[in-house]
Amino acid sequence: MTAELVRGQNHPLSQARLEIRVSAGTPVVASATLGDENGKARSTEWVAHPGAPTLPGLEVSRQAAADHRLAVDLDAVPETVHRVSVLLALPTADGAGPARFGAVAAPFVAVTGLDGTEVATYTITGLDAESAVVALELYRRQGAWKVRAVGQGYAGGLAELLTDQGLPEAHHLAGHIDEAVARSLARSVPAPPQRTADGDRTRQAAGPHASPYGPQGTPAPGAAQPTVPQGLTPPDSPALTQPSAPSASGPIDYSHPGRRPAAPPPPVPTAPPAAPGQPTQPVAGDATGWSMDERLYNQIWGMFEDLARTTAAYRSAVDFADSRMEKELDQALSDPRHRIGGQGDAAREAAQAKHAHLVDQARAALDRDLAQLAAEADVVEPALPPAYARWDNPVWHGYRVPMEIPMAVRVGDLHLPESGLLRIPMLVRLPLERGLWIDSGRSELFDDSFADATGLGNLAMETAVALAARLLAIHPAGEFTVHIVDPAGSGAPALAPLVRTGVLAAPPAQGAAGVADVLGRLTERVDLVQMAVRGGAPDSLPPGFDTAQQLLIVNDFPHGFDDRAVNQLRYLADEGPAVGVHLMMVADREEASAYGPLLDPLWRSLLRLTPVPDDHLADPWVGHAWTYEPALVPPGSQVLQQVLTLVAAARTKYT
Amino acid sequence: MTKGQAISLQKNDGGSLTAVRMGLGWQAAPRRGLFGSRTREIDLDASAVLFADKQPVDVVFFRHLVSDDGSVRHTGDNLVGGVGQGGDDEAILVDLARVPVHIDQIVFTVNSFTGQTFQEVQNAFCRLVDETNGQELARYTLAGGGAYTAQIMAKVHRSGAGWTMTAIGTPANGRTFQDLMPTILPVL
Repeated sequence: MTAELVRGQNHPLSQARLEIRVSAGTPVVASATLGDENGKARSTEWVAHPGAPTLPGLEVSRQAAADHRLAVDLDAVPETVHRVSVLLALPTADGAGPARFGAVAAPFVAVTGLDGTEVATYTITGLDAESAVVALELYRRQGAWKVRAVGQGYAGGLAELLTDQGLPEAHHLAGHIDEAVARSLARSVPAPPQRTADGDRTRQAAGPHASPYGPQGTPAPGAAQPTVPQGLTPPDSPALTQPSAPSASGPIDYSHPGRRPAAPPPPVPTAPPAAPGQPTQPVAGDATGWSMDERLYNQIWGMFEDLARTTAAYRSAVDFADSRMEKELDQALSDPRHRIGGQGDAAREAAQAKHAHLVDQARAALDRDLAQLAAEADVVEPALPPAYARWDNPVWHGYRVPMEIPMAVRVGDLHLPESGLLRIPMLVRLPLERGLWIDSGRSELFDDSFADATGLGNLAMETAVALAARLLAIHPAGEFTVHIVDPAGSGAPALAPLVRTGVLAAPPAQGAAGVADVLGRLTERVDLVQMAVRGGAPDSLPPGFDTAQQLLIVNDFPHGFDDRAVNQLRYLADEGPAVGVHLMMVADREEASAYGPLLDPLWRSLLRLTPVPDDHLADPWVGHAWTYEPALVPPGSQVLQQVLTLVAAARTKYT
Repeated sequence: MTKGQAISLQKNDGGSLTAVRMGLGWQAAPRRGLFGSRTREIDLDASAVLFADKQPVDVVFFRHLVSDDGSVRHTGDNLVGGVGQGGDDEAILVDLARVPVHIDQIVFTVNSFTGQTFQEVQNAFCRLVDETNGQELARYTLAGGGAYTAQIMAKVHRSGAGWTMTAIGTPANGRTFQDLMPTILPVL
C-alpha cells in the first residue's frame, strides 16, 4: 500500500533494504547525507555524491539523470547515523540546463522495496528559485526507521544546503560535486537525433514505410527537422516523443495540399517481405532521412539504441532470476519442515532449475536480437561512406575527395560485454560541438603491456593522427585545416604521415615560441569571426581569410605551455567550436595536475577517448557502460598514406 | 468483448501477434451555463505496468515513456484530450516479441489525472489494436461509465509460446497508476 506523503508527513518503514526512485523532468544530481543524533553531517565522508557514490548501506548515481535509483540498506548504516537525507540538485556545471526547480516539472520521489512495491511517494511541489532541495529524510525513531517528506529547497544551491547540514567544508564539497557531475557528463555519448514517433525499426521494416510526410502530406512531427543536432536531452523527456494522433492544437499547415516540396527524398531502400515467422532481411539505409548519409546515420543510432535496450532486457531478466532464486533459497532454508529429509535439497534444486530456465530464456532472446543486429551490421558496414567506415573498409581504397561535408564522423566502435563480436560505430556530429581529448594517461584498467607510458603516449598520438586524417579526408578540399602543436617533438613518428604528405598548413609547431604563435593566431581568428558574426557582418572579414574549419592538435600538454598559453587554450575550447575552431588534446590529466582546478573546466568540456579499449562511455537511454575502441588504421596498411596523398593533391589544385 | 473474456492473440493464420497498441481517446466535457464556450480540461492518462511473477518491475506512463528494455513505448502525454474524431489521444505500443522473458503480464490502466469521473468525459474510449494491421481487438466506452476516476482496462499475459489478452474493465479510483496497485494485484 502506497502512502502519498505531503510535506512534513512521515511514514514507517518496515524493510531495511530499500530503493529510492527519483523522476524529474530534467537531469538532476542525487546525493545523500548522513546525520548524527543532532542531525549534523560530521564531515565530508558523511556525504554520498557523484564524486564518492558509495557509503556503507548507501549508493547514489555517478551522473546527473532524469531518473535515479538510490539503493539503501538501513541495516548496513553505522549506529552513529540517525538520519539519511536524500538531496536533489540541478547540475550547475554546464550552464545549459534550467537553473531553478521552478522552471522544471515537480520532481517525484518514491521509496520502494527491492521488488518495486512502493512504500511511500512524494511529489515535491511549490519550488521556485531553489536549485537544491532536501527531498526526503529517513530517520531512526525508537529503534525503527521512518521516512519523512521534507521538500526544503535552497536558492543558494548545494553549497547552502550542505552548510545547513552542518558541514564546515560545504562550499568546497559543492564544487567537488559539480565537478564530478561534469566529469560524468564528459563521459556520456551525446544524445541521438530525434526518433520519429513510429521509430520502431522492426515494425517499420515489416510494414509500410514511414515516410517523412504524414497522411495529409504535412511533415510528420519529429521528422520535420532532421538535421537539427540534439543536445543532451534525456530520451525520456516528453519533448522527444510526439503524440502520433492529429491534434487540434497542432501547427497550421500552410503547404499546398496538392504540391510536394521541391526535391522529394529518394526512395528508401525497401526490405523484401519476410516469410512469416522469420525476421526481415536487413537492408542498409533502412531508416528515415533525406539522404543516404542521413539514413545510415539514423540506422546506426537505431542499432545503438536497440543493442542498449535488448541488453537492458537481458540484464533485468537475469537480475530478476537472481533475486527470485535468492528469495526462494531463503524460504527453503527458513522452513523448519525442510531441515529434515531431502525436502530442503529438493526445494533448493527447484529454485536453481527455475533460475537456470529463466536465464536460458533471457540468453536465447538476447542471442536472437544480437543475431539480427549482427546481420544488420553485416550489410550496413560495407555500405558505409568513408566518414562512417572503418579504415579496413574497401571504400577507402576507392576514396575520392568529397564535395560535401558529411553529417557525422566515426570516432571509434562501441560494444558491451554481452554483445560478443558486434560493434556499433560511434558517430559524432559534424561540425564537432565539443573538443576531443585522447587520454594518454594510464588507467587502472590497462594491463601491464602498457606499463610503458611512452608506448601509450605513441598509441594515443596514432589515434589522434588517424582521426585527424579521417577528418581531413571527409571534408571537401580546403575546407578543413589541421594545426599541430608538438612542443617537445615527441609525436614526430606518429605525425609522419601527415607531415610527409603535406596536408598540414604548417609543420608541427615546436617549443614554447611555436606554441605561443599557433595559439595566438587561432585566438585571433576566433576573435575576428566572433566579432564579424556578432556585428552581423560576416562578409567583412579580411580578404584572403581562411574560412575552413580549423583543428588544433595539442600533443604532450602541458609541456611548453605557460599560464598565458593555458588561458588561450581554454578560450579556444570554450569559444572555438561555435566559430569553427576545434581542439584535440592528447594529454595525461595527471601530468597537468600542477595547474590544479584551473584546468577542470577544460577537461570536462572535452569528449574523452582512449587509445586502448576502455569502458567509460554511457549511452543516453539506459546508461550502460560501453567499451570504446579507437578507429585505428590496420597495421601495415598503406591506406592512410594513399588517402592523404589524394587530399594533398586536391589541396594544391584548389589553392 | 465483455468483462473477463479472454482472447488469444494468436492470429488465425498461425502467426502470433507481434505488436499491440492500447489507444485512449476522449473529449473534454462542455460546461453548461453562462460561459458555455469555456470547456473544462480533462487529462486522462494511459499507463502500462509490467509484472514478473506478480511483482511490478517496470511501468510505462507519462513520466517514464519507454520501458528500459524498449519494448513498451508511450507516445506522450496528452493533457486536454482530442477532437473526438475517433483517433487515439494517447497510445502505448507494445512490441510483444521484445518484451523481456521474465515479464509475464502487462496490465493497462486509465486514470483521470485531473480528477473528473468518467461521467463527465465525452466520447471517451479505450481500445486495443493489433498494430500490424490496425484491426481493433477490443473497445471499451468509458464515457458515462460511472463515478470512477480510473479503470483497469485489460491485461496481456503469456500463455504457452504466445500471448493472451484478457479484458478486465474493473473500475477504480486514483490519480495515477500507483493508486491502482491494490486493485491490480487481485486480477493478476
